[in-house]
Amino acid sequence: MTIWEIIITSVIKIAIALTSLLLSVAYMVYFERKISAWAQNRLGPNRVGYRGLLQPFADVFKLLFKEDIVPDAANKTLHTMAPFISLFVAFATYAVVPIGPEVNLFGYQIKLVVADVNIGILYVLALTSLGVYGITLAGWSSGSKYSLLGGIRSSAQMISYEVSIGFSIGGVLLMAGSLRPIDIVNAQYGGMWNAILQPIGFITFVVSAFAETNRLPFDLPEAEPELVGGYHTEYSSFKFAGFFLAEYANMIIASLLIVTLYLGGWQIPYVDKLGLSEGLTVVLQIASFLLKTAFMLFVFIWVRWSIPRFRYDQLMNLGWKVMFPLALLNIVWVAMLIMIFKL
Amino acid sequence: MLTEFGKILIFILFAAIFVIITLFVAKIVRPNRPTFEKLKIYECGENPEGSPWVKFNIRFYVIALIFLIFDVEVVLLFPWALAYKEMGFYGFSIGIIFLLLLVLGMAYEWRKGDLEWARPKPKPPKLNEILKNKTN
Repeated sequence: MTIWEIIITSVIKIAIALTSLLLSVAYMVYFERKISAWAQNRLGPNRVGYRGLLQPFADVFKLLFKEDIVPDAANKTLHTMAPFISLFVAFATYAVVPIGPEVNLFGYQIKLVVADVNIGILYVLALTSLGVYGITLAGWSSGSKYSLLGGIRSSAQMISYEVSIGFSIGGVLLMAGSLRPIDIVNAQYGGMWNAILQPIGFITFVVSAFAETNRLPFDLPEAEPELVGGYHTEYSSFKFAGFFLAEYANMIIASLLIVTLYLGGWQIPYVDKLGLSEGLTVVLQIASFLLKTAFMLFVFIWVRWSIPRFRYDQLMNLGWKVMFPLALLNIVWVAMLIMIFKL
Repeated sequence: MLTEFGKILIFILFAAIFVIITLFVAKIVRPNRPTFEKLKIYECGENPEGSPWVKFNIRFYVIALIFLIFDVEVVLLFPWALAYKEMGFYGFSIGIIFLLLLVLGMAYEWRKGDLEWARPKPKPPKLNEILKNKTN
C-alpha cells in the first residue's frame, strides 16, 4: 500500500472507532439507567424518543447548555485541564484494541485495529497510569475539601490496584510471549482462553479493573453519602460531562481488555472446523467479540446494582492482602503450567 | 511510511479536534452569569472554613511508596515473562527466585503493619506503670 492509502484507511478506521466509541458511551449511560431501573423494579428513562432511546442526546445537550462554574478558590488552569486528561487517557487507550482478525476488503489486507503497536499492552498500562493524574489534579485543584479527600482516596485506590493489574497481565504475557494484542488473542486459539487456563488471574484482573474504573463496589472516590461528589464536586457543565464520558469510556475499555486478554478476543473455539466461508467466519468472529464485550459491560452494571460499597479499609485490605498475593500465585501457576505441559 | 504510533497520533488529533469543537460550541451557547455565591466552593451551604488543602493521612504516602516498589518490580517481571518460553527450567528457577524476593518484601511490609489501614491506637508507655514494675 502506498502512504496515501495507508493514511486514508487509518483515517476511516479512526472515524469509525471514535464514532462507535462515543455512541457506545452515550448508550452505556442509557443501558445503565435501564438496567438499574429493571433491577429496582422501576421504569427508567422512557419519555425522550421511543422508550427513551434519545435520552443520552437530551442529557448531552442539557450539559452543553449549562453554565460552567469555576469556583474562586480553584486553580483555574489545572481545574480546566483535569477532565481533559481523563478523557484523553480514556480515548487514546482505545487505539490499540483489535476487534477482529485481518480481513480482505476491496483487495486490501486490513487489520481491524487502529494501530497495531508491538508493545500494545505496555502502552495500555502506561496510559491507565496517567489516568490517575486526571482525578488527582481534579481533586487538588478544585479548592474544596470534599474534592481533595476524594482525589487522594481515588489515587491511593487506583495505584493499589494497578499493581495487581500489572501482575495479572504478567500471567497473560507468559502464555503469549508477546506484548502485541493481536498475538495475545492468537495465542488463545482453539478454546485455550486465558480465563480457563488461569482463573485466578482472570478474577484478580476483573476485580482490579472494577477498582481502576472507580465503579461500584469500589466507587469510594465519589462515595455520595460522605463526600458529596468526590473529586467532581466543583465541576459543572461540559467539564463534568468530560469526567462522565471518561468514566464510561474507561468501563468500555476495561471490558475490551478483559475480552482481549482473557476471553479469547474474537476467537470462537473450532469455528474453522465448520467449513464456513471466510467472510462469514470473520463476521461471526467480530460479532462474538462484540457480544463478549457487551456481556462484560452488563456484568459491570449488574455488579453495581448487586453489591454494596466497600469501606475504605476493606478496599485497601482487599487490594494488598488478597488481590496482590493471588496475582503473584497466578504467575507461579502459569509458569508451572508452561513448564509441565509445554504449552 | 506511517508507523503505528503515527496512527495513534492521528487518532489523538481527531479526538482533540472533537473535544475542542464541543468546547467551543459549549462556550457560545451556555449562559455565563457568575455571582458571589456561585463562585464559592461547596460546603453544604455553610461558609467555607479554613484552607481547602487540609492535612491528609500519612498512610496515603506509605501506600504510594509501596506502590512505587512493586510497580518497578512489575516492569522487571515483564521481560522475563516475554522470554520465558525460550529459557526452560533455567528461566523457571530464576523467576521463582525473583518472586520469592518479592514475597519476602511483601511479608516484611505485612509484618510491619504497613498494609494495615485501620491500625490499633499506639500505646505510649506510662511512667506510673514503669515505676511500679521497677519497685516490684
